[in-house]
Amino acid sequence: MSSEPTPPQNDEGIAGGFPLASEARGVLEAARREGRGLTETERAIAQVEAFTPEEASARIALNEAVEEDPGIRRPMVINLGPQHPSTHGVMRLITELDGETVLDLHPVIGYLHTGIEKQCENKTWWQAITLVTRMDYLSPYSNTLAYCTSVEKLLGLEVPVRAQYLRVIMLELNRIASHLVWLGTSGLELGAISVFFFTYRERDAALDLGEMISGERMNSRYFQVGGCADDMPDGFEAELRKFVDAMPGHVDEYEQLVAGNQIWLDRLVGVGVLPADELVALGVTGPALRAAGVPHDLRRSNPYTGYERFEFDIPTFENGDAYDRFRVRMREIRESTKIIQQALDSIPEGSHIADDRKVVLPPREELAVSMEALIHHFKLVTEGYRVPAGEVYSGVESPRGEIGCYVASDGGTKPYRVHMRDASFVNLQALRPMAKGQYLADLVAMIGSLDNVMGGVDR
Amino acid sequence: MSIQATLKGFGVTFKAMLTKPETIGYPEHKTPVHPRFRGRHRLWRYENGLEKCVGCSLCAAACPSDCIRVVAEENHPDERVSAGERFARIYEINMSRCIFCGYCEIACPFDAITLENEYELSEYDRPRDLIYTKSQLLMPHPKSVPNRTPEAANG
Repeated sequence: MSSEPTPPQNDEGIAGGFPLASEARGVLEAARREGRGLTETERAIAQVEAFTPEEASARIALNEAVEEDPGIRRPMVINLGPQHPSTHGVMRLITELDGETVLDLHPVIGYLHTGIEKQCENKTWWQAITLVTRMDYLSPYSNTLAYCTSVEKLLGLEVPVRAQYLRVIMLELNRIASHLVWLGTSGLELGAISVFFFTYRERDAALDLGEMISGERMNSRYFQVGGCADDMPDGFEAELRKFVDAMPGHVDEYEQLVAGNQIWLDRLVGVGVLPADELVALGVTGPALRAAGVPHDLRRSNPYTGYERFEFDIPTFENGDAYDRFRVRMREIRESTKIIQQALDSIPEGSHIADDRKVVLPPREELAVSMEALIHHFKLVTEGYRVPAGEVYSGVESPRGEIGCYVASDGGTKPYRVHMRDASFVNLQALRPMAKGQYLADLVAMIGSLDNVMGGVDR
Repeated sequence: MSIQATLKGFGVTFKAMLTKPETIGYPEHKTPVHPRFRGRHRLWRYENGLEKCVGCSLCAAACPSDCIRVVAEENHPDERVSAGERFARIYEINMSRCIFCGYCEIACPFDAITLENEYELSEYDRPRDLIYTKSQLLMPHPKSVPNRTPEAANG
């Protein structure tokens, strides 16, 4: 009887097709030795949902502890999203909770993936403008500017001064509109509903101005390679002046509504703090970085499209919490109105788009009279222009931080590769270190304060 | 301190009760649009009834979302359709794909296609209702939207 082989124990070989504890330990050990995260296969072998070997070991130890004492206190895994209204679109957060405390969280992205970067490879350089504008849908002007400046750099194309001014005006108007959306929706998340109605009133006025100049309220293709699609229409300047003159008063109104409110302070002060060096290490840019005291702004440090001509401050604060991010954005709205006023005061006469017939479409009125213009027009629309081979990166300061566009050309009429460095995507990384050990209710305030746009995260 | 701030906040809210509402009663009152607004497409005819479109397919080439389909045919001398040599026998726009970038309008050398003011384009059925044919596109939209004038913008 004793000579009969005993059934294989759980850590000696494959039993019933299930991987074994020793095998699981083996893969975790290998990953730890190599100092990397776990692959999907390794996660499956270890039968544990963890991203690093340390996490996996802790999880396994916890499982063993639970087996010994089922009454033990253990974390609860909750899915926040993807349809949670306060996650700004479709972001999913796998959160591990101990009561109200967030032990760990993993953002899961990709629910809004549109394949825009890949799509650009199938469109001509001109057509791709209409795609990139749709990524970070709250700052279409920054997206298109990043793309257009990259292409202009490859082409060696000079943008007329008037076009640069028009670009600055629209970028700053876009910044105001984006910050207004941020304040309104963050207010909603924190229970301050009135501020939403106030900000959306002004945001609608900003979108109206966008409609007036570009024909589209949101996903505008106003910036073209070489300049802007059109000049300011009649009455635009007066409307815009009315808007920017009234804006500081409106910001006062928002601040009266929320800034000193005890509930607002309780929800935001000291929430989502990360030290500046950690933010820099994570690559965080934009208001989230400036709220921590780092005066990094591409408009100042690496001026593009003529920002060096304008006087403006870069607001910074020291604490780096959600309340400081709110204050930075409010100050930025005021600075943006100043920039727009300066630009309107000093905008020079000239053309709104470069005069390069090999790249820029000929003026409409020439089509009927000039055969050469018609030939250029047909060629540019059907085949498109050729861009010299090369690679270039150019970054712009979007309302959320640095949006950069990396463009590679093989000399053809279509981009070889278009890659966007999107601020929302990079800033999202800061959420995990920020939220660890904090309360779940504060997590919502942190997501809001980072101002991630999922269209930009997933692209 | 914080009571004061809260009262100040309420003050803003109560003051807003005395102002004119910013909203408009939508289905009855439509927002007028600015002249550059790009809405539903329209194909145009010359005053003598001939179509401006000559079926050159430049709009289809320019379209980033490939939503335009043009099939051209030679004009018959007895029965001219367009002013040019050829005309568009089929001109379809798939409105469920269109992104209203207006590149077709830019591309057209004859101003045959423009984007008009209408923005109420919802339909119940995609293949049946949202592929606009040439006859639909040549007609003005039954519910036209006015352009925004300075008076309309304020009232």
